[in-house]
Amino acid sequence: MTDEILKTTPLNAAHRALGARMVGFGGYDMPVQYEGVLAEHRWTREHAGLFDVSHMGQCKITGEDATAQFERFVPGDYAILKAGRQKYSLLLNAEGGIMDDLMAGRPDHDGLYVVVNAGNKDADFAFLKANLSGDAKLTVLADRALIAIQGPEAAEVMAAHEPLLAEMGFMDCARLMLFGCDCFISRSGYTGEDGYEISVPADQAERVWTTILKDARVKPIGLGARDSLRLEAGLPLHGHDIDPSTSPVEGALTFALSKSRKERADFNGAARILKELADGPSRVRVGLSVKEGAPAREGAEIADMDGKVIGNVTSGGPSPTLGRNIAMGYVPPEFADLGTELKVIVRGRPAAAEVVAMPFVAQRYYRKPKA
Amino acid sequence: MHFSKDHEWVQFDGDIATVGITKFAADALGDVVFVETPDAGKTVSKGDSFAVVESVKAASDVYAPVSGEVIEGNAALASAPETVNADPEGEGWFAKIKVSDASTDGLMDRAAYDAFLATL
Repeated sequence: MTDEILKTTPLNAAHRALGARMVGFGGYDMPVQYEGVLAEHRWTREHAGLFDVSHMGQCKITGEDATAQFERFVPGDYAILKAGRQKYSLLLNAEGGIMDDLMAGRPDHDGLYVVVNAGNKDADFAFLKANLSGDAKLTVLADRALIAIQGPEAAEVMAAHEPLLAEMGFMDCARLMLFGCDCFISRSGYTGEDGYEISVPADQAERVWTTILKDARVKPIGLGARDSLRLEAGLPLHGHDIDPSTSPVEGALTFALSKSRKERADFNGAARILKELADGPSRVRVGLSVKEGAPAREGAEIADMDGKVIGNVTSGGPSPTLGRNIAMGYVPPEFADLGTELKVIVRGRPAAAEVVAMPFVAQRYYRKPKA
Repeated sequence: MHFSKDHEWVQFDGDIATVGITKFAADALGDVVFVETPDAGKTVSKGDSFAVVESVKAASDVYAPVSGEVIEGNAALASAPETVNADPEGEGWFAKIKVSDASTDGLMDRAAYDAFLATL
């Protein structure tokens, strides 16, 4: 890591000015914390946190064939996705493994706007460019920053800047002028809270960031709290909880498999995925409540009550909201029922754990009342 | 009080060494959420990992700055790990070790440790 030359986001100077502790993540020099992970975590759950997620990859896929070509590699029904809506999906390899997880939406009438993970973006974009055919064209939006605002006060904070934003529901998206610049915005995030992700031109990022931070309800939040927040929300982190060997069925992400697409079985890896849906996978991602001892972190073994190792923890740590240790990991389906008693082995010591439902902390997305 | 390059501190009282992690180490870790201290009776050698301290993000080993036999681990840290952040060089001590040799060889005094920190 130390030899790696880290890239910077357009907000790098702003983070340093705020006294952030910087670390390498996904090839970028990123803020891991400002005042402290626990305080930032709690602030986001109680007020509004501002996150620089400009390291993530943004692109547009346009052309007459854009949707049909994109659908070859994702299991979601994008053909029926209306303008102003976005959908979570998975970029699949030919074996049905998850190359990345992503958000793709229609903020405007020009194809799909797609956001992918920082560590995978170069590979994702190269893969899609090489494989999209017809007139589908991928354009990397390298000159854009991405800022997320998350928390129960996020909507009020943003409505003060643009009242229209209050009208958006969870997973709505739009392209509009915000803060005097051309933005893509979606009501979504990675914390389990209500909030928005805002794509702004790179040269406007610091101004927008500083403007939003002027609101006393908003504090900057680093990647440390982003990780503990998403863990509580039960959201997988690619490269840890899901990876190119994991299928959507194993990853407990079957909600991302659209009914119409399963019927058509016309996406990458459909054969394996449909077989696992019918016959059950050999392992599945579960949530664990660790009832004693130290936090169980990535790599810790999961054992049954006889001490036989049956899987591994893929993410884990303390839940600041719950005040106990939580984890997610993979176990065979016969151990995946809620309430199943298991052991997690931390530094050679078995500790009691129990399979629990995810999210660990209830999600608080804003869903519009039906008209 | 004396200090190691691994950011542990030692306070000798006769042949009893109270050890912990320095304020610098506690600040670098951030919020401490879990501490595992050694049980009484455990023999430790200078440089061995003898305790574990965990922040929200990661677990870190704590290395013994002296050799000897643990006579007490700080049990209070189990329920109040945040004491390590609040008072790292006082109430946040990790263990008391009965040493065979109370020498400070290889350890730094406060001025030398501060000078060492300035080089980091």
